[in-house]
Amino acid sequence: MTRRVVITGLGAVTPIGKNVDENWNNAVNGVSGIDLINHDWADSLNTKIAGLVKINPLDVLDKVQARRMDRSSQLGVIAVKEAWKDCGEPDISKERLGVYFGSGIGGLSTVLEQYEVLKQRGPDRVNPMTVPMIMPNSAAAMVGLEVHARAGVHSPVSACATSAEAIAGGLEMIRQNKADIVISGGTEACVVQLAIAAFSSMRALSTRNDEPKKASRPYDSARDGFVMSEGSGALILEEEQHALKRGAKIYGVLVGAGMSSDGYHIAAPEPEGNGASRAILNALSDAQITAADICHVNAHATSTPVGDIAEYKALSVALGKNLEKIVVTATKSITGHLLGGAGAVESIFTILALKNKMIPPTINLENKDESINLNVFNKKTNLNSTSNVALNNSFGFGGHNVCLAFKES
Amino acid sequence: MTDEEIVKDLAVILNEVAGVDQSKVSAEKSFLDDLEVDSLSMVEVVMAAEDKFGVKIPDEEVKNLKTVGDAVSFIKKSA
Repeated sequence: MTRRVVITGLGAVTPIGKNVDENWNNAVNGVSGIDLINHDWADSLNTKIAGLVKINPLDVLDKVQARRMDRSSQLGVIAVKEAWKDCGEPDISKERLGVYFGSGIGGLSTVLEQYEVLKQRGPDRVNPMTVPMIMPNSAAAMVGLEVHARAGVHSPVSACATSAEAIAGGLEMIRQNKADIVISGGTEACVVQLAIAAFSSMRALSTRNDEPKKASRPYDSARDGFVMSEGSGALILEEEQHALKRGAKIYGVLVGAGMSSDGYHIAAPEPEGNGASRAILNALSDAQITAADICHVNAHATSTPVGDIAEYKALSVALGKNLEKIVVTATKSITGHLLGGAGAVESIFTILALKNKMIPPTINLENKDESINLNVFNKKTNLNSTSNVALNNSFGFGGHNVCLAFKES
Repeated sequence: MTDEEIVKDLAVILNEVAGVDQSKVSAEKSFLDDLEVDSLSMVEVVMAAEDKFGVKIPDEEVKNLKTVGDAVSFIKKSA
């Protein structure tokens, strides 16, 4: 018999909130987290806007613990602390507790800081914790240490699909009976001059510097790129019987996951959305459901001219006529793009939309791109459908496509 | 600097770097056994001490610094 996987804890720290409740309230009310970057280093950049987390990690983390982590890991551990508390900090054998947690970029700000130390003060001044702080598995390892997980600590890296892939990995880990609880999700913190300059060189970022809160505008005809944000999302995945036995609060069921790769281009999405549609179909198949079961999609929709259209095509191919009754939203309009943290945060919004029967708006949708025929709204929408499965899409540079399917419990 | 002053400064560094309770830092305490400063943290402590006291503590010397008192003696000798 297949081991079913439920969600028993959530944690989020993003530009729109320091916990899940704040995130949900601001998402539903469409309160943008995007602002001008308040640093001199942004002056020379074409893009001077981003979404920053508005808490000091040192207020939440132990001083020595924080000192040994890059900001990306700090935010990850903060989200995980909330999720772990939320699930009741269960007394579980550590050999049955796993971690699947990723970051798309890793400890970039530490790389840059320590490179400055190297240049200014010499090699013998480089911090001995540099390697553990910059390695891409650092956040996962720190999360594992936080809860003493011993079933396995895994760290996928697939750019902006990272944390969705981590959730898919956690699902498999429990299904295959390698763990009863997996802490899944991902994190990102690379709002630094080099990263903005680099994404900017790709012409991937919005330059709407005069209206930061209007810059992230998926599906709008005036969209001009994504807005980079930082933050983290964490989901506690738990085998259903394990959760029921301990009387855990259950947010919903992770009924399936689908993945695919474009095999097309290192950064551009396959323009017809063929890779993405296969990921969606793989998720339906994995969940043993059909397109008719879907009521809602939290789209990847980053607000780039090409990406939003490719995803629309993918949804059309995979879901067909059912798309007419499905409400789609793009919460990146509110949060900006959390890169490796995006899939987890948007999965949280997807789960809460099902639970609260309320879909957050796609803000800044003023003149919908006529080539995109989706039910997407700039006001929050009640979810009233006889179907009860929602999808969350995440795609990453490199052609990584992940679709997660959640169901009300 | 007096021994006491050096111990006090080392205590601040040990707290900052490795979370050691400053009140537990005294000359006879072993970095590893009493204060639980692992080898990676010890590198950080040495780097911070070099900056603070303007001395150079070579790796081959770090091996001999078992206790806080050993470090105090070395710092005084080198300053």
